[in-house]
Amino acid sequence: MTERAAAVPLADRGYLTERGFRAWATTLDHKRIGVMYLFTTLFFFLVGGLFAIVIRLKLMTPGPGFISDHTYNVFFTIHGALMIFIFVIPAIPSSLGNFFIPLLIGARDVAFPRLNLFSYWLFVAGICVVFGSLLNPMDTGWTFYAPYSTRTAAAVTVLAFGLFMTGMSTILTGLNFVVTIHKLRAPGMTWYRMPLFIWAMYATSIINVLATPVIGITFLLLAAERLFGIGFFDPAKGGDPLLFQHFFWFYSHPVVYVMILPAMGIISEVIPVFARKPIFGYKAIAYSALAIAFISFLVWGHHMFVSGMSTVAGVIFSFLTFFVAVPTGIKIFNWIATLYKGSIHLDSPMLYALTFIFHFIIGGLTGMFLGALGTDVHVHDTYFLVGHFHYTIMGGTIMGLFAGLHYWFPKMTGRLLDELRAKLAWLFIIVGFNVTFFPMFILGYLGMPRRYAEYPPRFQTLHIVSTVGSWVLTIGIAIMFLNFLRCMRKGQPAPANPWRALTLEWQTASPPATDNFETIPTVTTWPYGYGKKGDAGE
Amino acid sequence: MSSRPPEPSLAPAGAPEKARLGIWTFLATEVLLFGGLFTAYTVFRIAHPAQFHSDYLQLNRLFGALNTVVLICSSLSVAIGIAAIRQGKERALQRCLIITLLLAAAFLGIKYLEWSDHFAHGIYPRTSIFFALYYTMTGLHALHVMAGMGALTTMLVLARRGKFSAEYSTPVEITGIYWHFVDLVWIYLFPLLYLIG
Repeated sequence: MTERAAAVPLADRGYLTERGFRAWATTLDHKRIGVMYLFTTLFFFLVGGLFAIVIRLKLMTPGPGFISDHTYNVFFTIHGALMIFIFVIPAIPSSLGNFFIPLLIGARDVAFPRLNLFSYWLFVAGICVVFGSLLNPMDTGWTFYAPYSTRTAAAVTVLAFGLFMTGMSTILTGLNFVVTIHKLRAPGMTWYRMPLFIWAMYATSIINVLATPVIGITFLLLAAERLFGIGFFDPAKGGDPLLFQHFFWFYSHPVVYVMILPAMGIISEVIPVFARKPIFGYKAIAYSALAIAFISFLVWGHHMFVSGMSTVAGVIFSFLTFFVAVPTGIKIFNWIATLYKGSIHLDSPMLYALTFIFHFIIGGLTGMFLGALGTDVHVHDTYFLVGHFHYTIMGGTIMGLFAGLHYWFPKMTGRLLDELRAKLAWLFIIVGFNVTFFPMFILGYLGMPRRYAEYPPRFQTLHIVSTVGSWVLTIGIAIMFLNFLRCMRKGQPAPANPWRALTLEWQTASPPATDNFETIPTVTTWPYGYGKKGDAGE
Repeated sequence: MSSRPPEPSLAPAGAPEKARLGIWTFLATEVLLFGGLFTAYTVFRIAHPAQFHSDYLQLNRLFGALNTVVLICSSLSVAIGIAAIRQGKERALQRCLIITLLLAAAFLGIKYLEWSDHFAHGIYPRTSIFFALYYTMTGLHALHVMAGMGALTTMLVLARRGKFSAEYSTPVEITGIYWHFVDLVWIYLFPLLYLIG
């Protein structure tokens, strides 16, 4: 409390004025709901990260370690399930999306504010049920493959029910965003004047609405199988384990684009602001988001090349997988073209945005190796896959999230971040991340299988490198979070538009008032006219 | 929201359009939810054609047909109710909602008789893949009927409090669209389970 006295008080706390648990828990304000999502998901990011650190510690030695092999199975399952379902999927859409979609399109709130609050509490209730399953924790991996998941004694049914609830919450949020983007845009904001973050969130919401119910029905079938002794996925009873994989990946492949598309949206906002140049290829970036969403529904079979699917299906899925690289490549090309001859300012959001591009090129290209039928047979289910996945999701999505958090921190809190600490954290994170995950490509190529608790001693050196990297990464993330916590209370008060950006959220106060805008703005142009006359920075 | 007056540009006809887009998006989700079951049905039908034929013979087509009629009538009564409230006839809306609720209850009653009959003959979800699908599909549909009844009851309570008029009937219309969807799912389930051998 004495520390707070040292902080410069904000002239106007905007939407943050009202204090107390009740005011937050029953709020209909999309900004407050976004902040609640942000705290919830970031908390589980830290919890999931703790499990990852323990996993890495165990893998320093090839033989039996300080945790039993069963505990190891449980830990990587919890790490995967928490990170995927409770952190990465809702992290950007439900938190930053909730906060910034209405602000970016010039609306006072989302289309259905009460539904929005309901989604949040459904999400929290789902998490509680998920934690109920820890009484008899899962050891199946986050993919729940049948028939093991139908036979294990672990609380699969409870976990499935909890994830059904969080999925339902995701669907309702997606529905809310679709209607908001269609119906609540400010006067003059045509589709081609929308910020690219909105296009990305639109594509994301479509995937959420259309893919999540399929994992819902999969969980219901799995629960029915366990409760009533049905044999949908059990070959002994006439069922088909491959059907489970088809169902599972029909959701879980599109959902990796739910993870990456919002991050791509953030990058599309950050790059032009800090390069002081109009975004290159606006329409190409916008439509490539929709194209990614569309193609994402057609590629799920590439997870099943060695599962006994027909070769013809394998060839088709392999081709379609290469096809999804085209819109992704278009985006990367356009970002780099935007940087070309730009007046680049290396503030912390820009550092994370550039890190996103660097990591995502590595993660994306190694995805092509995995999508190629022949190569995949060699590296399937090895650390190569783990490396690829973490380069796209941790190195991509989460760097995008960090870019967004640094970019929008002044708007959300009304205070500026400490840039020096932010850059120091970035240095630890980029070094730690690459030291942790790059060795995994080599490990996987040499034949180290994923999910194994013990391994041949010849792999140990690279495992030790990776574990040491995870410590560096942890230090970086700790510095970043401490910086957030410190500057939330003690940061310098932020002006309305510290980055001199042109999108609508910066044209209102920091932090914004409860109803966002004094008067709803009328939009006359796209938001990327940087470096032109009237751009105060040049 | 503060005390500022609403912008005129956002006000006109915004709410019903928003609500309609919302419910149709939600129905897209529901289609995909049942879509998973229809996919499973297709896969297993191709895998076990003989078993599907012999099992389907054990279903009672009379129950199925009766339920189809009951649900179609309930959709009709909802539609009549919505047409009535658009003309401001509040009492007619209330009557139609009650009829719809009674028909929905009749549907579940018939379903109950049908299932108890199966149980009496020793037919359970684990009996075969066909019956596993039969129970899962009709069971999930029955859950939707119950959810729909919950929504209809809420509408009835609100209607009795005089919330709806010729100018404002959005919640009733949304509930109606949902109810038609529940009806439509059954119209697909009936031939798949009861009519194709």
